[in-house]
Amino acid sequence: MKLIVAYIQPHKLNDVKQELYKEEVYKISVTNALGCGQQKGYHESYRGVDIEVNLLKKLRLEIAVNEDFTERTVDAIIRGARTGEIGDGKIFITDLSECIRIRSGETGNVAIG
Amino acid sequence: MRKLKLISITLFMLLVSTAVFADEINAAQNAVAIDTVWTLIAAVLVFFMQAGFAMVEVGFTRAKNASNILMKNLMDFSIGSLAYWAVGFAIMFGKDVGGFWGASGFFLIDGDPGTSEGLWELAFWMFQVVFAATAATIVSGAMAERTKFIAYLVYSCVISAVIYPVVGHWIWGGGWLGKLGMIDFAGSTVVHSVGGWAGLMGAILLGPRMGKYIKVNGKTNVKAIPGHNIPMAALGVFILWFGWFGFNAGSTTAGTNLSIASIAVTTNLAAAAGAITAMSYSWIRFGKPDPSMSLNGGLAGLVAITAPCAVVSPTSAVIVGAIAGVLVVLSVTFFDKILKIDDPVGAVSVHGVCGAFGTLMVGFFAEGRFADAAGLGFVNGLFFGGGWSLLGIQLLGVVSVFAWVSVTCLILFSLIKLTVGLRVSPEEELRGLDIGEHGIESYSGFQIFSNQ
Repeated sequence: MKLIVAYIQPHKLNDVKQELYKEEVYKISVTNALGCGQQKGYHESYRGVDIEVNLLKKLRLEIAVNEDFTERTVDAIIRGARTGEIGDGKIFITDLSECIRIRSGETGNVAIG
Repeated sequence: MRKLKLISITLFMLLVSTAVFADEINAAQNAVAIDTVWTLIAAVLVFFMQAGFAMVEVGFTRAKNASNILMKNLMDFSIGSLAYWAVGFAIMFGKDVGGFWGASGFFLIDGDPGTSEGLWELAFWMFQVVFAATAATIVSGAMAERTKFIAYLVYSCVISAVIYPVVGHWIWGGGWLGKLGMIDFAGSTVVHSVGGWAGLMGAILLGPRMGKYIKVNGKTNVKAIPGHNIPMAALGVFILWFGWFGFNAGSTTAGTNLSIASIAVTTNLAAAAGAITAMSYSWIRFGKPDPSMSLNGGLAGLVAITAPCAVVSPTSAVIVGAIAGVLVVLSVTFFDKILKIDDPVGAVSVHGVCGAFGTLMVGFFAEGRFADAAGLGFVNGLFFGGGWSLLGIQLLGVVSVFAWVSVTCLILFSLIKLTVGLRVSPEEELRGLDIGEHGIESYSGFQIFSNQ
């Protein structure tokens, strides 16, 4: 089992979801985040004073997958989120040691579904 | 028969003359009623400006301090009302003592509802108290986000009880500046510059907010601390603009004075011109039209036209407002970047600087036919053949009020600093005054990014 964490541009969420649905990946979790990578921010000014906006608004996706779904999920995310510009985001894959469905108590690959 | 004719003709004449005389009495009573009604409507409009100030100040500051600034605004009006009832009104409009202040009518003792003078005293007080509260509430913006609440309450009482009324007496209450012929029709100096300069002294003695000016290798960097709710600030400006029609036109305190029409026109045009030039100038200078600067520009136009509103033409009003719009942007950046005095909402620039500016503009743009229609006599400023004398008196007034307010506020804030303390602790400032001073969250249930 793997846990896929992806940081993407907020406005690419719809595209990413469409691609994931095509791969039959329906279970995802989305949170708002602030962050930056290579960009180091953009120019904003308030009442004549420059603000270094080095924390930009991002979206964090969390998807728990079985081994056989890992590659298709990652490809789907990339297809949906890639624009070719700096700021497209990053995907992290970590090992998931256990997964439990709260409602039924099922564990393991069955719980991931 | 002849005697009967004589008697009946005499009786008829008496009847007719009584009827005419009765019409004259009714007309006079109606005039008083119209004046009273207009004054009270205007008072209510100006009262609503308190909501405008509250919204502007909340919008331009951070969410973690919202309830604190609202409390200051609420108390400015509440404490101000009581202070002005007890002492302030008497100092401002009481029997003159040496041209400096008044000393009669404490606790509205002359407001006898059984006489027409007494009733007018009550109506006039109602109109004047909302003006006093306006001056007081300007300061909460300049001192926002770092002032101890108890310190602010003390200041608020003193300004409404003494500092503001003395200035009002000098110019409106029969004091020395009014006697010299100074014209400040609705209070660019009396109300707005008093608030502005008091705010300036408060901001200086407080020091800037944490994180505003950061020293790096001997050079001080100016950081922006953005307001958390620009829509609320915009709502506030619209409310102020709305209430200002009561502020300026109401200062005739007479609905029978039809110059309320020209005053409303000049008020509106100056605000509009100020908003446009502030927007344009911020566009040129900073690259994009800044909403908060444009909003301040509208207010700047309003403050600037407050003194000349009754004595200038609509064209003059556009010019005055337009200059004020540019002036306020220059002033905000001057105080922030050059003097390094932290003024979160631009109160010093909008009210102090533009208040002084508007007062001086009377000396240039006053026009006889407008002043006369408003009941001030045929007064002309420099541009209309009146020479330099009016401008000189205006300048004297601006400078003396600045001196009085800055010295008294310097003493007041220093005393507060030495006794109860003026500023909150650093830990409290970081956590937010809502929690530190009031023990509550303004936005309970919301997730606010508090990384400043």
